[in-house]
Amino acid sequence: MGTLTIGVFSSLIGSMNLDFAVKLAETAADKGHNVNLWLSGNATTAAKKGQKEYKDYSYLIKKISGLQKKGVQVAACEACSEARGIHAGEDIIEGITSIGMDWYVAKAAKSDRVLHIGVE
Amino acid sequence: MSNNILFVVQRPPYKSENPKLAITHAMSCYTADIHIDEPVEPTLAYVGDGVLNCIRDQRSQDIYGLISTEQHIKVQLSGDMKILVCKEDIERLGIKEERLVDGKDLGAEAGLNVVPFKEILKEMEICDHLMFF
Repeated sequence: MGTLTIGVFSSLIGSMNLDFAVKLAETAADKGHNVNLWLSGNATTAAKKGQKEYKDYSYLIKKISGLQKKGVQVAACEACSEARGIHAGEDIIEGITSIGMDWYVAKAAKSDRVLHIGVE
Repeated sequence: MSNNILFVVQRPPYKSENPKLAITHAMSCYTADIHIDEPVEPTLAYVGDGVLNCIRDQRSQDIYGLISTEQHIKVQLSGDMKILVCKEDIERLGIKEERLVDGKDLGAEAGLNVVPFKEILKEMEICDHLMFF
């Protein structure tokens, strides 16, 4: 089995990119692959604790928590989160690592495949 | 053995976070060995409207209160990061090479590499991973 690293930069609400990335991560993990998911830029909003679930808006907290149970490593860019007032420790969903960009490029470098969704 | 990641920037500066994230992610390659036992070598390429990131005398600090992309580029040039700029795109936008950022004031020996698009394509073919911003 291989290692897949997905980097996503699009916002939770306003784009379907993040929904797609989470779904792909889930499918790859179900097939037995090692998966890393990087949330950067506006995608760090998906890591915010305390989101309310509405039927008209994307809501990925349950899915992201499910990914962690499947062994997917999920990390959010520390600088991008802090710039948005999403603070490590108090605001970030448990299990999501708040870390520097070097985590992502290191994971990418060691992956068999990288899917980088960088343009919103 | 090192891994090479090519960061391709196609967005103009300041109205999108992506061009800035491209350069900060490229910079972070230099500390990636905290996580893995191999160096990660970045190459940055500006294409399309992304070449507008490379114009000198950016005043974003005065006007937007933001560190300029020019400053980031200069620092990376002084650290010898390989930075490519698409020749056809600067010509299309009427930008002369002398209008581009250089890092001489920070001690950079080499400036931006203005190259034909076919050379950037070649970089895309040889890199280990491609990240498109």
